Amino acid sequence: MSSPVPAPSEALLTGTNQRSTLFRRASVREALAAYCFLLPGFLPFLVFAVLPMVGGFSLSLLEWNLLQPWTFIGLANFRGLLADGEFWSAMRVSALFTLGVVPTGLVLALGLAVLLNGGRRGVVFYRTVYFLPVVTATVAVSMVWRWLLAGDLGLVNALLGVVGISGPAWLGDTTWALPAVIVTSVWKGLGYSMVLFLAGLQNIPQDYYDAAKLDGAGAWDRFRDVTLPLLSPTTFFVLVVSIISSLQVFDQVFVMTNGGPYRSTVTASYFIYETGFKLLNMGYASAAASVLFLVILVASIFQWKLQRRWVHYE
Amino acid sequence: MNRDVAIAEPPASHNSPLDRALSILAHVILVLGGLAMVGPFVWMIHSSTLPTAEAYRYPPVLFPSYRAWENYERALTLVPFARFFLNSTIVAASITFAQLFTCSLGAFAFARMRFPGRDFLFLAYLATMMVPFEVTLIPSFIIIRELEWINTYQALIIPFVFSAYGTFLLRQFFMAVHRDLFDAARMDGAGFFEIYWRIFLPLAGPALAALGVFVFLNFWNSFFWPLVVTNSMDMRTVPIGLALFQGRDSVQWNLMMAATTISVIPTLIVFLAAQRYFVRGIMLSGIKG
Repeated sequence: MSSPVPAPSEALLTGTNQRSTLFRRASVREALAAYCFLLPGFLPFLVFAVLPMVGGFSLSLLEWNLLQPWTFIGLANFRGLLADGEFWSAMRVSALFTLGVVPTGLVLALGLAVLLNGGRRGVVFYRTVYFLPVVTATVAVSMVWRWLLAGDLGLVNALLGVVGISGPAWLGDTTWALPAVIVTSVWKGLGYSMVLFLAGLQNIPQDYYDAAKLDGAGAWDRFRDVTLPLLSPTTFFVLVVSIISSLQVFDQVFVMTNGGPYRSTVTASYFIYETGFKLLNMGYASAAASVLFLVILVASIFQWKLQRRWVHYE
Repeated sequence: MNRDVAIAEPPASHNSPLDRALSILAHVILVLGGLAMVGPFVWMIHSSTLPTAEAYRYPPVLFPSYRAWENYERALTLVPFARFFLNSTIVAASITFAQLFTCSLGAFAFARMRFPGRDFLFLAYLATMMVPFEVTLIPSFIIIRELEWINTYQALIIPFVFSAYGTFLLRQFFMAVHRDLFDAARMDGAGFFEIYWRIFLPLAGPALAALGVFVFLNFWNSFFWPLVVTNSMDMRTVPIGLALFQGRDSVQWNLMMAATTISVIPTLIVFLAAQRYFVRGIMLSGIKG
């Protein structure tokens, strides 16, 4: 007998009793499996990425020195930072450092990559050699350069003396300490940018160059009108990565100068380290870190927006 | 119709004297640059073998009366490098294995599986990459302190078991693997983990090697976090040991250079042995980025 009402057994499978079939649905099993896949990484992600992220911004609203209970002080830390000459000095040093390292490194790396791309002999050898500073610990690199730049004992001044220049005390001189750290950093990062540019250059099809040559374009024209535009995605990437890492420089400052002489090399990161771990002023240090994050964010957004103007994507 | 200029002639001066001169100039510049890269290392090794009596002469001594290899012995006794090497190796190796494991699992899920919250979670992972280390440094330190993990291996390893960067990189790689491979295996009734373990993981060999070398070197050389989280000689890592070696007022530069050379050798060996993977990894991240 057929009835318009579904048989009881069917009713059990629809409507309110869907839960018993839930685990038989493939999409649910897939989702559960996916969560299992993600689980090993998710817990550390929560505890050591998300929590500190939230914590970092929250801490900036507190005053805490870890020994006594903390107090909520709202935006007082930020007001303090705005008025803090030392903080502004640190931000200025970071900005100067970035301005010194990024363009120099970019131009040198691009130049070397272009030279290497044209030669084609010994690419692997040169790549290895130029990469040696990159894979070496920044601490070790800083130590070697400290020795090279020693005012009265180092090789740099000895070589300068050969051509008649009397070199300054470098890391002991308030004018030359930051440039010295800049040179060390450019030296260390050159190979990395060079390899990235090399990959980008090798991705440019030869056809473009051939067509340009047929049109009578000289070497410089080809570089300006073919290479640079087609390389712009790589250039953009190198630029963004270099700026972000330059704004966070720490190791070299710690090893080479400890912020000196007379705090002329205290960068934003070093300021945060000092404030948090030497002065135990956790709230203030977190506030400074938040400001640094803001600067990096704004710089990145700015570059992102600007890329429409000059980055060509295929 | 005149069709005699179908194909333009190739540039006449393909190997003119100017081209050859420019090519030589290019090589000269590359060699000079290479010397600038290697020079400081050579000087480091040279200085490390100077006897103390001659190490402080100015202009610097180029040919010492003898090579003071005993500097290395002295550096090894002054600084407990054996312990530092052990710590650095344990930490870097553990982190590398852990990251390869968690990142490949996560990347597989993001690349080939469907589940609610997938895009949101992936964006969240990416967002954490944007936040600089300085922001998370102090809260992470406080968390470690609350867990009573200060000066332990856990503090040096666990926070880095997960990596958004590594997950992102491997996801790019897995997404490039042909869809058919996955679909065919699913139709044969293979489970997700089986597909991951038997198909995707072996395929990802080069990418895993590249990521592995990169991660290993990165954490072997890391300085800021171990500095903050360890406070006794038996837990410090190589970069810290080196930095603290200079803590004394009168730095003995020849010993310092010997210590630096000792600290640099393992990374150089690992790099030279695995540079193919390392450079490939850099290039992979650059092109996709």
